[in-house]
Amino acid sequence: MSSAGWESRETKQRASVLPEAVAQDPAAITIEQQIPEAIVDAVAAADGPVLFISASQIVNVCRMLKETSRFERLSAVTAVDWWPREPRFEVVYLLHSVVHKDRLRLSVRIDEDEELDSLCGVWRGANWYEREVFDLFGVRFRNHPNLERIMMPVDWEGHPLRKDYPIHGHRYSYREE
Amino acid sequence: MKEGNAHVASLDAEHELAIEDPSGIELPLEQQTGRGRRMTLNMGPQHPSTHGVLRVVLELDGEKILKARPEVGYLHTGIEKQFEVKKYQQGVPLTDRVDYLANLNNNLCYALAVEKLLGIEIPPMAQWMRVMLSELQRLSSHLVWLGTHAMDVGAMTVYFYTFREREEILKVFEMFSGQRMMTSYIRIGGLALEPPRGWHKAVARTIEKVATGIEEYHHLLSSNPIWVNRTKGIGMMPVKAMIDLGVTGPMLRAAGVNMDARKDSPHSSYDKFDFEVPVRTANDVYARYEVRIEEMRQSVRIVRQALEGMPEGDWRADAPHVVLPEREKMKTQMESLIYHFKIVTEGFRVPASSVYQVTESPRGELAYYVVSDGTANPHRVFMRTPSFGNLQALGAMLEGILLSDAIPVMASLDFVLGDTDR
Repeated sequence: MSSAGWESRETKQRASVLPEAVAQDPAAITIEQQIPEAIVDAVAAADGPVLFISASQIVNVCRMLKETSRFERLSAVTAVDWWPREPRFEVVYLLHSVVHKDRLRLSVRIDEDEELDSLCGVWRGANWYEREVFDLFGVRFRNHPNLERIMMPVDWEGHPLRKDYPIHGHRYSYREE
Repeated sequence: MKEGNAHVASLDAEHELAIEDPSGIELPLEQQTGRGRRMTLNMGPQHPSTHGVLRVVLELDGEKILKARPEVGYLHTGIEKQFEVKKYQQGVPLTDRVDYLANLNNNLCYALAVEKLLGIEIPPMAQWMRVMLSELQRLSSHLVWLGTHAMDVGAMTVYFYTFREREEILKVFEMFSGQRMMTSYIRIGGLALEPPRGWHKAVARTIEKVATGIEEYHHLLSSNPIWVNRTKGIGMMPVKAMIDLGVTGPMLRAAGVNMDARKDSPHSSYDKFDFEVPVRTANDVYARYEVRIEEMRQSVRIVRQALEGMPEGDWRADAPHVVLPEREKMKTQMESLIYHFKIVTEGFRVPASSVYQVTESPRGELAYYVVSDGTANPHRVFMRTPSFGNLQALGAMLEGILLSDAIPVMASLDFVLGDTDR
């Protein structure tokens, strides 16, 4: 645990060839060599680099990482809503290598009306996580075998983890009765 | 009525037509006789062996499960949403309620994540205390698992024995925090309270009782023919498929994959403790039982080491903007009063960044993904809970086995629905 001050440690750099924050990261170098232009941005987070991948390349990058770089596990898929910032959503993929005891974080920035390719073809375990992201954020995944709500009831309206969704309040008001 | 007809038909197909079916539906003969007839059975959401509210839709052919589809979400309480309107420190009680059998492990993971964002150093005494308490929590969680697992299989006695020992551990938690279960004892920046007077003696006494208990269960079950017959050779699954589906923890270790966050990415001075990660290769329900029993022994070892080598020092970090000042100082010193007021009223700001903190909960890989936007409220907290990943494999694991075997297989997953649905 490093002791840093109060200032933000997120140092952003525009991607020239490879952003400075990840210039030494072996996974980033592999991606850059195998699939050029896949990395659009990178930041140094508190526990390591985060690679921003272009939405069209995420499945290719993940398949390549699984097959060549031995990131054999998908720990989780989740999303962050940056509303009202554009693009609105950041879908986060948390990869893990059991053999190398290494972890990698990939992010994809997409807008509200965009769709993302499903990772179910690479890891079957992505199924429920993508369903959860769809249920709670409303991010749609193409080629998902069963994109249904998982946490909320099937007839629920709205996506609760969006920032513009109210934190409390009832759907049915007693006053209306 | 239809069932009755089918039964008669299987006895004597010719006379079956004489009995009238009030539904008026005529089934083809092979369906009437029960052969090749499929039945859909809803197991849960209130089935006792689901240990909560899990619904499994089973497609049966007689006693054989053809297809199983777990349905989760009945216990979804929107904890991740609630985090977003709480201050960082106020989030700690929420983490208790995620996995209600492993509260301290969740406290620890959340605290570690936020501490990493803040960049504060935790004194060794607090770190060792955290390790000791999370291992006690692991023991208590495994005791609940063993008791309920044995009860599912039909051995009622084990339940009373394990809960006897668990009660002792809960008394220790009560001594430390004033709460038996929802302890919230591990906080951001250290512990909630100073360890109580006489904790050393109480923990030492408890751990000896638990150690004796573990051997007792081992003698009771490990070579018990009924237990062995009910658990050996069922619930197997290819290791590759397990990793693919996101299975972690004792389940994966019983399949021969040595994956334990306590060893792989040591936190809270876990690297200073001498313990082993038990691994088996049989990959069945019995192997998972063996792994967890061995894990309990290792936890006892860790707690004993913590008792022996507990370092002296402070139980909270030297970070006045995060940790509440001492009560006495708050009442006598102006500066401490201001810090106290500031932390209580507006919380503390966390630098804008994000972190994915991984720890090992009794059920597997527990991780908190915390995103900060520079304010006093977390922008997003995502919990990668082990039960969610493990349950994803349940459908594949149940396919092709008998319905009566489904109960021990589900028990061997050791899922907690609060952990799954959050």
